Order: sequence, then structure tokens, then C-alpha cells
Amino acid sequence: MFNRSIMRALGFAAALVMVGYGPASYADEATNNITLASTTSTQNSGLFDYLLPLFKKQTGVDVHVVAVGTGAALKLARNGDADVLMVHHKTSEEKFVADGYGVKRFDVMYNDFVLVGPDSDPAKVKGSETIVDALNNIKTKQSVFLSRGDDSGTNKRELELWKANGDNPKSASGDWYRETGSGMGATLNTAVAMQGYALTDRATWISYKNKQNMEILFEGDKRLFNQYGVIVVNPEKFPHVKVKPAETFVNWIISSKGQEAIAGYKLSGEQLFIPNAE
Amino acid sequence: MNDLWQAFFKAISLVITLDNRLLEIVFLSLRLSLSAVGIALLIALPFGAVLALTKFPGRKILVIIINVFMGLPPVVVGLFVYLLLSRSGPFGVFGLLFTPTAMIIAQVILVVPIVTAITRQVLEELHLEYDELLRSLDVPWYRKVTALVWDARFSLTTAALAGFGRAISEVGAVMIVGGNIDHLTRVMTTAIALEARKGDLVMALALGLVLLAVALGINLFAYSITETVKRRHQ
Repeated sequence: MFNRSIMRALGFAAALVMVGYGPASYADEATNNITLASTTSTQNSGLFDYLLPLFKKQTGVDVHVVAVGTGAALKLARNGDADVLMVHHKTSEEKFVADGYGVKRFDVMYNDFVLVGPDSDPAKVKGSETIVDALNNIKTKQSVFLSRGDDSGTNKRELELWKANGDNPKSASGDWYRETGSGMGATLNTAVAMQGYALTDRATWISYKNKQNMEILFEGDKRLFNQYGVIVVNPEKFPHVKVKPAETFVNWIISSKGQEAIAGYKLSGEQLFIPNAE
Repeated sequence: MNDLWQAFFKAISLVITLDNRLLEIVFLSLRLSLSAVGIALLIALPFGAVLALTKFPGRKILVIIINVFMGLPPVVVGLFVYLLLSRSGPFGVFGLLFTPTAMIIAQVILVVPIVTAITRQVLEELHLEYDELLRSLDVPWYRKVTALVWDARFSLTTAALAGFGRAISEVGAVMIVGGNIDHLTRVMTTAIALEARKGDLVMALALGLVLLAVALGINLFAYSITETVKRRHQ
């Protein structure tokens, strides 16, 4: 009686394992799919939800998007854990290829960064000449500024912009300069709650749903240009890279079909990304 | 306050309309967490029994380590499993990263210490209580173990439910090793994190309510089974 019950309990545990495990394991084995390491801006804006079904219909290839910051995406790819990389920090991408981890880098599309903040604009960044002046106003007024602080493409750009002023805002970290160490959306949530400024890519801002009294306060400086690039991970470095479907993806997204699809993606009437592959 | 109400109604409408994407995510969450608990039970029940009923050098230290591991931060477990399964890691050749299997592995690591610790505690106390009785009976050791486990079955159900709670509510580890890939590794918790990131707090909260409802369903199911069994034995 005891033994039968124990056997039954063990059988139940084993059944739990089978139920979950059976279907899980063959999903892992499908080969006509690639892992794309990309950034949160492309995922949160809904671009991939729009593009990838189109791509799948035309080529039959499934794309598994892992959306992290640009720094983390590059690291994933350097470990060989992605087949394709699509991020937005050109110098890091070029270094990735130069170090032998990528085959070749292609421009895909661009948009721009914008400076957002509460509509009361305490640091008076509205009407600044340049983005550098705008940041300088924030610093002078010691208004709260929320930084990603996560080595993402946006974070790298933001630090470059402070640097153009000869500033190292990290010396005020924890004071008026606050690093969230999180994704763009989480950082915007924090900025809304603290009524602070933040630098964000336009796509994330347009698709972001918790704006409250926040608005774009500065935009249009050419230093806010935000270029996205795509790279196939080098199969000579990682033989398991699924080169064929990966190349299919890259060739598609820089082809006229892919580029038209990018141009066609709109949210509340606004185009989020402008294709510019050569 | 308004957002809270909206989330509540959104959750109800998601459930009523049986939203396909929601079903997919709920089903995957259940599949992964139930498998993880199943595997964890197969490891933790015997392990806990050994810790409770035998004496060997280093046993006390092992008990303390297991207790400490109950508080393992999921993010650390996620990173650990990531480094193991990464193509550059020791198990990279299997290509398991960013698959449901990787998520199950992480959850098993999180659940095993909890179930082991509770099993050990429960069996140790029972063993003290029954020690003389068991000694007076001339039965082989495995009969003693099965008798104790059988007697502790209701407490052990609670251990399994605690493990299940840890598995299904956890986000840090499955986000790292699963990658939150749509239609493949997106579960309830990572979907909630994603909606919160998009600033869609209402949707995030609504999904959270659905997750609670699912956990409630599982617990009611377990409760009704133990109640039925208890009644039959009275």
C-alpha cells in the first residue's frame, strides 16, 4: 500500500515531466530558424511583430528575436549565441566585424534620438541651439536626468553627447544624474515618475504608452541621428551559425522588399524607421 | 486607481475572449513550471529523505547550504545557466540556450532547494516522532522511508506547491536563458515585464491578474485532491 502510493507519486512527477518535456524538445530542433540578437527599441516599437510575419511568408524562415541592449546583444553574439545581429551603435558594430566576429555590416534604417521631459521644462531645454546646449542647461539647473546606464546604444550615444561638452555626468550619479540600469521603457517609466529628462529613440517614444505630461522637448540636431546596422555572425568563428537562413534574412531586409516593409510600418500615423540600405 | 480598475476589466476580457496569444503564453508557462516541479520532485524527494534519515559526515553543512540556496537570486541562476549553455560554455554544443529546455533547467535549480529543505524538515520531525515505533517493528529500511513519506504526503504537497509558486512567478532567470522570444519562450512573467517596459501598465497588470488566477486554479486543484484523499482515509 505504501509502496504503491509512492510509485504513484513518482509516476505523477514523471507524467508532469513528460507533459512539459515532449512538445518542448522538438520545438528546439527545428532548423529553419535563426536567432536574432537585437535591441529593445526594435522590439518595443512593434517593428518586428510587423516585419517578421511578412519575412516568414516570403521565405519560410522563423526569426527568434532576443531583445536586449546593444551592448548585451553584441556580447551575446560574441559568445556565439546569435546568428544575426541588428543593433544601433556603428563604432561598436564595426569593431565587432574587425575583431572577426561578424562577416560584414550593412546599414538598414535610421531614425533619431529625442530629448523628452515634463512639459513644464524646468531646465528650459526647449529652443536650445544644439543637443549639447540642451544637456548643459540640465546640468546647470541640476534637473533630474534619467540615464539608461546599461551600455545600450542609447546609453553609449548619451554619454558621447555629454562628453562633447567635456562633461562626465557620472560624477553626479545618484544626485541629479540617475542611472536606472534598465531598458528604455523602464527608464521612461522612471522618468515619468520622477518628472525628469531622458534621451530616447523616437520609435520607443512614439510607441510608449505611459507618457502622461511628458513630451519631446528637443529634437532635430544631426548628432541625434540613430543608424541601425545588420551583421551575420561569422561562421568561421562559430561553425554552428545558421549561415544560409541568416543570409536570407540580411539579404531580405536590405532588399527593396524589406526596405519597403520597414517604410510601411507606422504607429499613430507616424513612420518609425526610415530605410537607408544601399 | 483608474488604471487598477482598467487592468481588472482588461484581465476579465482577456479571459472571457480566450485571447489566442494569451492562451499560448499561459499554456507555455504551465508546461514549463509543471515540468520543472516534476523534475525537481524526482531529485528533491529522495535527496531530502536522505538528509533527514541518514547520518554522514558533512550532512549538517549540506543542510545549511540547501537552506541558503532557497534564497538564490533568480538572476544569478539565470546567469549561471546562461554561461553553462552559451555556445562558449561547457554545454554549448547542445544549442539549448533560448529554448524552453533552458528555462526548465533554470527553474529546476530554483525549485530543488525549496522542496529538498521542506522535505528534510518534515521527514526529520516525523522520524523523531516515530523512531521508537519504527525500531520496534522489524521492517527493512526502505519500508520505513516509504512509510514516513506516505505519512508526510500532505506536507510534501505543500512543498511541491511552494516550488511551483517559485517556478511560475519567477522572471529574472527565464528572461536571461529563454530570451523572451515570441511564440517560443515567452511566458507570463516575461510578457508582463515586456508590457511594463512598453509603458502599457494596464496590460501588464491585467496579465499579472491572469497569472494569479492560474496559480489559484492550480492550488484549488491540489487542495481538492488532498481533501478528497483525506476524507477517504478518515
